[in-house]
Amino acid sequence: MENTFIERGRTMKLMQKALILGAVLALAACTNPDRFDDTNNVDLNNGAGMAGSASDPTSPAYFQQTVGDRVLFPVNQHTLTAQAQQTLNGQANWLLTNTDYDALIEGHADERGTREYNVALGARRANSVHEYLISQGVPANRLRVVSYGKERPVEICSDEGCYAQNRRAVTVISIGPGV
Amino acid sequence: MMTRILTLLAALLLLALPPMATAQDGPLRIEITEGVIEPLPFAVPDFVAGDAASAEMSRNIARVIAADLVGTGLFREISQDAFISRVTSFSSPVQFADWKAINAQALITGAVDVDSTGKVVVRFRVWDVFAGKELENGLQLVGTTDGWRRIAHKVADQVYSRITGEGGYFDSRVVFVAETGPKGQRAKRLAIMDYDGANVKYLTDSANIVLAPRFSPTGDRILYTSYETGFPRVYLLDVASVSRRELENQVGTMSFAPRFSPDGRTVVYSLITGGNTDIYRMDIGSGASARLTSAPSIETAPSYSPDGSQIVFESDRSGSNHLYVMPAGGGEARRISSGKGQYGTPVWSPRGDYIAFTKQSKGRFHIGVMRTDGSEERLLTASFLDEGPTWAPNGRVIMFTRETQGAQGQARLYSVDITGRNLRQVSTATGASDPSWSPLQ
Repeated sequence: MENTFIERGRTMKLMQKALILGAVLALAACTNPDRFDDTNNVDLNNGAGMAGSASDPTSPAYFQQTVGDRVLFPVNQHTLTAQAQQTLNGQANWLLTNTDYDALIEGHADERGTREYNVALGARRANSVHEYLISQGVPANRLRVVSYGKERPVEICSDEGCYAQNRRAVTVISIGPGV
Repeated sequence: MMTRILTLLAALLLLALPPMATAQDGPLRIEITEGVIEPLPFAVPDFVAGDAASAEMSRNIARVIAADLVGTGLFREISQDAFISRVTSFSSPVQFADWKAINAQALITGAVDVDSTGKVVVRFRVWDVFAGKELENGLQLVGTTDGWRRIAHKVADQVYSRITGEGGYFDSRVVFVAETGPKGQRAKRLAIMDYDGANVKYLTDSANIVLAPRFSPTGDRILYTSYETGFPRVYLLDVASVSRRELENQVGTMSFAPRFSPDGRTVVYSLITGGNTDIYRMDIGSGASARLTSAPSIETAPSYSPDGSQIVFESDRSGSNHLYVMPAGGGEARRISSGKGQYGTPVWSPRGDYIAFTKQSKGRFHIGVMRTDGSEERLLTASFLDEGPTWAPNGRVIMFTRETQGAQGQARLYSVDITGRNLRQVSTATGASDPSWSPLQ
């Protein structure tokens, strides 16, 4: 299947793009059965579902692995670190180049807080990324925001090493509604 | 017996009630300050069955009554093996000497009959053994064969109430989130059960994350948050028909943390717009909503006072999380929590006397209670992660979520007295979180 992804950028046919996403969704369905209800979304969050080759700069896999799909936050914070801003500059560039794709920004929190507060905190984090991407020129109508609070940790141990990875905002690529 | 009963009552009063009540029972405080809070011994023989067919139900009803009473931590059951008297007829005189001899201070006798229409008729009496007389009058309860557990809970509520002077809470249900699967990919379903873990019924499948269900004041509807659309949204579910509808569906927003007003007509909840969380209310009938807070900080976890005039909520406006009280229509809020640490998920007691909350302090989580003005803060529990208190209908017991640490960590439901005594795990078949206690049925 990899050969399908050799074509680049805007020349990529819609059908092929749908295939990539189909493959991602199929994999996501194995590992992440109830992650999304909106089947328009692509789940790249856990590193499962590598669609296409990460060496293809127009692929969601490239976005996830090379550009970097996530930024991390200190405890109870939602301001973007310099490193986070650098990652988001890359995300903004990729989104501005690959205009057939939209993005869902997921905000997450570690388990050291109440369920309710963490939903609100996750929303703040996702919103920080949302606003930054817009400030870099990404049209607001290509971005959506969701908070998962502490419901979907990517690391499950109960120490700071895991918590640091869970305090994150992840930009998840999806096919745009206009495609 | 009366001394013992009054001791028990005074124990409850001293630890839980306003000072006025303790003053009235002043003399009995001596025993309490000495720490004499011994569970009261009681006996409950199998209820007398009207026919062979109801024999098993008669035994089971007695067992549920005993479990309810023992579960409070205030009563101790005397084993049937120790009984001298056998109760073979509901109308025969009680042999008090035989019950005194085994130190049964309270005796519960009853009979179970099935009438010609198939209804179960349960009669019972509560006896003060040492005084040699009945404690209040016998009662008759009628129900369906399927509903025998409810009848047993109603009997236990009567016994508890007559002896402690408090309202009962056994004939009640709990809606919660049943959890299965690994920590990183938890499957969550709404479930409802009797307060003691019996009769579990699932209300949703595990296709979507569901959070924090809340009972309506009459127990017939449930508010909860679901990710059904891919985004957290508040839903209203009818318990009898299990039909549900989305309450809040403004495009581009997320909503969560709903609770009913005491009259059941209004929902107060959090709405997120542009990354900012504030508190709103919605009239369920008309769908009209109004914003109650307007701050760049997080305002969430609202809970009405039982008279509907005020709302307690959580906010990080001061830089750390504290509890605030505002008028139900919005307006200026006053901070009530004053200690160090992060306060969250406040819930007003159905009696109006306390607010229960979650507190995070020095790496531990606690369930605590404070007066509605923030005074007399008392932490009842401590663990790696305790959160989300809900009140028993009598305002004297709190149920909450306790989650254990680590990759294998799991959430379970626990209950604790507002005295901090009698911490118990609630029996559930799977992991469980976010309990909400119904009113008495």
